[in-house]
Amino acid sequence: MATTYEAIATVTVGSGGAANIEFTSIPGTYTDLLIKFSIRDLRNSAGPGYLHLKFNDNTSSYSSRHLFTGSDDGNPASQARTDDYASFAINTDYSTANTFGNGELYIPNYTSSNNKSVSIDAVSETNGSFDAAVRNLTAFLWSNSAAITKITLYGDNNFKQYSTATLYGIKNS
Amino acid sequence: MTQHKLVVDCSTGVVAEVELTAEEIAQREADAVAFAAQKAAEEAEAQAKAEAKASAEAKLAALGLTAEEIAALSK
Repeated sequence: MATTYEAIATVTVGSGGAANIEFTSIPGTYTDLLIKFSIRDLRNSAGPGYLHLKFNDNTSSYSSRHLFTGSDDGNPASQARTDDYASFAINTDYSTANTFGNGELYIPNYTSSNNKSVSIDAVSETNGSFDAAVRNLTAFLWSNSAAITKITLYGDNNFKQYSTATLYGIKNS
Repeated sequence: MTQHKLVVDCSTGVVAEVELTAEEIAQREADAVAFAAQKAAEEAEAQAKAEAKASAEAKLAALGLTAEEIAALSK
């Protein structure tokens, strides 16, 4: 049986932290891409941290729609948002010690000349009193015809040691 | 403080720790400012909506609607 789900590369943040994680020279031999991440950033104030996404170093032509379900302000609520950033919740250094936000990004047809859609499912969690447990579903679009060869994950703060991200290639047969 | 990024070359699997260039640092700072401004605008809009909703509910209550009747209007 053909292998249709393959880990392309994994990165783990070292003791010095990292501002960005970049997957470069992504081969065009798969049908879809998937990133699974477990990330905590170095922000030290209440509320969830936010992780962002860029393709091929492009800084424009992005749009997204978010559904947040959680309680970063102490009031459980759902919120729909539109913005130019795929901003999804991750844990911060204000979260319970040694906990990491986690989630996945699914990028179908990443070599297509059509615009690229991404579905993102992420969660931040904490047992602290400030209550920044947020569930985050995002629909994201990059309006660009180029094949995706580079993916950058970046936050508003540096990523903490032991944060990880793995890029998988998915084939349809 | 020097900032670094982790660059994974997917063709080789090699992971390199690379110092951010001045241009990358500037872009990162600009992105953070833009995102913060956007988030602040969204929060202000949400706050304004919440205040308008509370005001409307208070006016409906003053007209004699019960809390259940007011809640039913938004379902």
